[in-house]
Amino acid sequence: MRLITDTMEFGSRYVPRWNTISISGYHIREAGATATQELAFTLRDGMEYVEYGLRAGLEVDAFAPRLSFFFDVHNDFFEEIAKLRAARRIWARAMKDRFHAADPRSMLCRIHCQTAGVSLTAQQPYNNVVRVTLQALAAVLGGTQSLHTNSLDETLALPTEKAVTIALRTQQIIAHESGVANVIDPLGGSYFLETLTNEMEESAASYFERIDSLGGMVSAIERGYPQREIQESSYQFARALERKEKIIVGVNEFATEEQPPVDLLVIDGAIQKRQCSQLRMLRAQREVAAVERNLTALKRAAEGTENLMPRILDCVRSYTTLGEICDALRSVFGEYREPSIF
Amino acid sequence: MTEKKIRILIAKPGLDGHDRGAKVIARALRDAGMEVIYTGLRQTPEQIINAALQEDVDAIGLSILSGAHMHLFPRILELKSQNNLNDVLVFAGGIIPDPDIPRLKEMGIAEIFPPGSSLDEIVAFLRSHIGRT
Repeated sequence: MRLITDTMEFGSRYVPRWNTISISGYHIREAGATATQELAFTLRDGMEYVEYGLRAGLEVDAFAPRLSFFFDVHNDFFEEIAKLRAARRIWARAMKDRFHAADPRSMLCRIHCQTAGVSLTAQQPYNNVVRVTLQALAAVLGGTQSLHTNSLDETLALPTEKAVTIALRTQQIIAHESGVANVIDPLGGSYFLETLTNEMEESAASYFERIDSLGGMVSAIERGYPQREIQESSYQFARALERKEKIIVGVNEFATEEQPPVDLLVIDGAIQKRQCSQLRMLRAQREVAAVERNLTALKRAAEGTENLMPRILDCVRSYTTLGEICDALRSVFGEYREPSIF
Repeated sequence: MTEKKIRILIAKPGLDGHDRGAKVIARALRDAGMEVIYTGLRQTPEQIINAALQEDVDAIGLSILSGAHMHLFPRILELKSQNNLNDVLVFAGGIIPDPDIPRLKEMGIAEIFPPGSSLDEIVAFLRSHIGRT
């Protein structure tokens, strides 16, 4: 949280047009959360960051306009669209009513979406192109500001150039050929979508109440509450697949014995050697005294209350590595260990 | 006389944050009546074998989606035999390309469960190989 508030403070003061943090639901969803849990936990995380920012003495309208969000877009088409619509509504209301923002830009929920890696199947991988297309379309109809489409082979390896190109072309076909991006909120007013949006907003509100009663998101995470909720959903999903209550094409239904081969990217081991030798060279050539001085200053800053960003920048300017910077911070803050909840 | 329950260590070797599958397996084995220990993320081969020793497990389940299985698994197996854990079964799951599977089995991985493997199948495999329920 210290790094987050320092980033928001530094950004609002020195790089006011920089998008300081992207509040992510992607990892939450990929870990097994439902759409509602992703929505609720991500936005409650966002509120927690705002609360910490205010507690650090920042003005809400000084940093809130530069916050942004990152959502997963999964298979259930209308649910995903409703989720993004609900997110914007919840965030606008929270910023206005809970945090008393006055700048309308503080109330904007700016969203990046990535299609759901976890929905891709190793079996019959070309079907993944269709999944990604539907998910990308849902993201656009839901009003995302930016979009990442996954490649068909990402469930098996890092993607090949060919697979990445298809993923990019998928976005370009949606953008330039389908016409769906010409209208804002094209499904607004649909009975089903409006009902679904309302329902998701209400379910998220009951999660917020629960998390507030646990003393906020940091405290809820320390008690393992969201982790247990996510874990339960993940397990129920796996069980539902096993019982065929949910169908994944090519996995628990419509499976084929023969798998068509796909070309997979193989990473050349020489890259690792080259990277290591470049790092060794850098360490040999840099000014060691400057590195040590800057790391010591960083540690001292971490022990106190000054903003860490200028110290981190000093480290970077003297070619201190990311590993060394993180080690210095770890030596002061310690390291979070995820409780083993399953 | 009650039979000792099957004890399983589920481990995540290497720099790989994908533990959804590992946790689902851990839960399924626990629901099947086994005692399950989950290491958490980012474990070294040394840490994994240490945990297996301390917890006195019947089997180690390795979950890996980073592509580093051909580097990490041999080291784990080497440490396992150095520590006289020859009767501890090692099985694995995650993203493991087909061509690697025969090589891993030769090294001593008893079974590889690729994406789409059923939870019941894994439970049955462990019961039959460990010889208890």
